[in-house]
Amino acid sequence: MHKPRMHLLASFDIARLQYLDEQGRATQELPDFATPDTLLALYRQMVLARLVDDRAVKLQRTGQLGTYPSSLGQEAIGVGTGGALAKDDVYCPYYRETGALLERGVEIKEILAIWGGDERGQNFRHAPCDLPLAIPIATQFLHAAGVAFALKYQQKQLHKPPRVAVASGGDGATSRGDFFEAINLAGVWRLPLVVVINNNQWAISVPRSAQTAAKTIAQKAIAVGIPGLQVDGNDVIAVRAAVADAVARARSGEGPTLIEATCYRLCDHTTADDAGRYQPREEVEAAWRREPVARLGKYLRSEGLWSDEQEEELRRELAEVMERALRAFADTPRDKPTAIFDHLYAELPEAFLEQYEQLGRLAEGRD
Amino acid sequence: MAQITLVEAVTQALAYEMHRDPRVVVFGEDVGANGGVFRATDGLQKTFGPDRVLDTPLAENMIAGIAVGMAAQGLRPVGEFQFMGFIYPGLDQILSHAARFRNRTRGRLSCPVVYRAPYGGGIHAPEHHSESFEALFAHIPGLRVVVPSSPARAYGLLLAAIRDPDPVIFLEPKRIYRAATQEVPDDGEALPLDRCFVLREGSDITLISWGASLKETLQAAEQLAGEGVEAEVLDPATLKPLDIHSIIDSLEKTRRCVVVHEAPRSGGLGAEIVAQINEYAFDLLEAPVQRVTGYDTVMPYYQLEHVYLPDVEGILAGVRAALDYRDGGGQ
Repeated sequence: MHKPRMHLLASFDIARLQYLDEQGRATQELPDFATPDTLLALYRQMVLARLVDDRAVKLQRTGQLGTYPSSLGQEAIGVGTGGALAKDDVYCPYYRETGALLERGVEIKEILAIWGGDERGQNFRHAPCDLPLAIPIATQFLHAAGVAFALKYQQKQLHKPPRVAVASGGDGATSRGDFFEAINLAGVWRLPLVVVINNNQWAISVPRSAQTAAKTIAQKAIAVGIPGLQVDGNDVIAVRAAVADAVARARSGEGPTLIEATCYRLCDHTTADDAGRYQPREEVEAAWRREPVARLGKYLRSEGLWSDEQEEELRRELAEVMERALRAFADTPRDKPTAIFDHLYAELPEAFLEQYEQLGRLAEGRD
Repeated sequence: MAQITLVEAVTQALAYEMHRDPRVVVFGEDVGANGGVFRATDGLQKTFGPDRVLDTPLAENMIAGIAVGMAAQGLRPVGEFQFMGFIYPGLDQILSHAARFRNRTRGRLSCPVVYRAPYGGGIHAPEHHSESFEALFAHIPGLRVVVPSSPARAYGLLLAAIRDPDPVIFLEPKRIYRAATQEVPDDGEALPLDRCFVLREGSDITLISWGASLKETLQAAEQLAGEGVEAEVLDPATLKPLDIHSIIDSLEKTRRCVVVHEAPRSGGLGAEIVAQINEYAFDLLEAPVQRVTGYDTVMPYYQLEHVYLPDVEGILAGVRAALDYRDGGGQ
C-alpha cells in the first residue's frame, strides 16, 4: 500500500544528568557549588535522613509510631532538592520526603509527630510557608501550581521579591490527572514551578513499567510544552545541580521545569507493606550497589575528604541528635481533646459550640 | 440607583472586592473575555486585567486545587465552576485539602477560597446542568455552604464569603439569575454568614427554603395569606453551619413547619433541619415537619423537569398536611 508523505512537526530529546557514577567516580567536572564543605554537608544530611527513617521504622515496629513511609534509597533526591531552594521559596512535598524536610528545617520531632498521629507535626516551625505533607497522590502538584501563581502574582502586582514553588511526588503520581493538569497550567501560565519526580520504580507493588508506556517520565513535560530532564537520583550532586538550575530559571521568569530523578525504593512502601512479595531479590541487590549515600561517601574518600574516623564521629553525633529528637517526641503531651475543633475554622461557628462543649465534658478525666 | 439582577449583583460584588482588595483573583473557564457563560464576570477582565481575571485550561479539579495553593500563600482566590454538575472532579481537592488545610497545619496555613457555581434546575439545560447537590458539600467539616436568593443577598453574602478566612462553596441559583431586579447599593456592605434571614413574618406556619425554590415558597405564602394563613418564610442562606436558633425562634411562634428544597429528599438538607428541630424543639411541634423536595430520582431532562421541581401546589399540599395534622385524623 502507498505510504502517504508527512512532514515532521516536532521531535524531542530527553537528557540525563549524572556527575558521580556507581563507583563514586566523577564522570565530568563537578558544578561550582560542589565545594568540599557543601559535599560534606550533603553527605551529613543524607546519613541523617537514613538514620531518621531507620529509627522511625523501629519505633513503628515497637508500637510507638503509626504507619511510616521510609525514604530509604531516596536520600539524594530529598537532600539534593531541599538544599537547592532558597529559604523563602515554598516546598510542596508528598509524604515520602525525609531528606527534603530536614533540609527545609522541619524538625525530626515534627516528622515523628505527623506519623505518630499528631497534626501539630505539620505546623513546621522553621518552614512556615511550606505546605504540609500531602497524603492523597499527586494533589500537591496543583497546590504547588497555585502557590507558584501566588508567588508570581505577589512579585508582579505587589512588588515582592521573586520566589519559586517546588513540588515533589512519586512515579505513580504522574499517572494522575492532577500531575498533568498542574504541569499543563504551569506551562500555559509560565509559572515559577519546579516539579521533582522521585522515580523509585514502585507505586506500592506496581512497577514503573506498568504506570506508563513512555520511555521516561521526563518526556511528559514535552506534551505540555515545558522543559523536562532526567537525573541520576542516586547522585546527590546531579539532583542538586538540576534542581538549582531549574529554580534559578523559574526565579528569573523562565517558567516551569519537570525533573525526573531515578532511584530505587530500597524499603517497603510503608511499614504496613511487605516489598518481598513483589520486588525481585536480584533487582534489589543490584539497586543497593547504586545507592546514594555510599556513592557520595566513596567519592569523598577518593578525594581525601573523608575517613573511617570521621564517619564514626558523624554517626556518634547524629545518634545523639536522634536521641534528643526521640525524647522530645516522647515527651510531647497529647493534644487536648477539644483541639479537634480549634482549627476547623478561624473561629468556631456557633452551630458547633454545643458539640465542642459536649466533647469537652465527655473527655474530662478520660485522657 | 439602577435595578440589578442576581447575576449582576454577583458581578458587582466581585468588582467591589477586587477594587478594595488587591489579593482577590478570579479564575475559571470562560470567565475572561467571555465574562462567564452566565456573564457573572462580565467586564471584570477589562477592568482588572488578565493577571487578575484568568481563563484556566479546561480542568475543574485544577480550578479546585490551585485555589488551595493560592490561598495558602495569601491570595483571596475566587474560582468559578461553570455548572455545579462539573464540580465533582474537584471534590477531592475541596474535601481532602481546601476544607482541611487550617486544621491539618493547626492554623499555620489557611484556605480562604470561594468556589462559585451556578446550580439548580429550571432553565431547560442539557443533562448534568440542573442538579442541586448542596448537601454533598454541607456534609464536609471545615466548609461553609452559602446560597443567595435575591440580588441584595447575592451581593452581601458574596462579599462576606470572599472576606471570610475559610473556604466557602457559593452556590448561585441560576433559575433566578435574572428572575427579578432590585436596587442593590454598591456600598461594600457584607451580610452576615451563618445567619438565617426572615423573608416574611407570620405566626401560623414556618416555611424554610433557599435558593430558587424560595420563589415558589414566597408565592405559596402569598396565596396562604389570601386564605387567612400567615406563613413565616425563612431563608437559612448559609446551609452549613446552620442557624438552627433562628429556626427554633420561628417555631416558638408557629409550631408547624415545612422545608422546601429542589435537591433529592433522602439525605438532603431538609433531613438535617428536621433532625435538629426534633433535637431542639420536639415539644414545640404541633405536627411532624413536612418536606417538599425533589424526588429521589435522577434529575430528568428538561421536558420533565417541571414535574421534578417543587411547585406552589406541592408546597401548599405540604402546608395543608402540617396544618391539618390534628384536625385531619392524625393521632
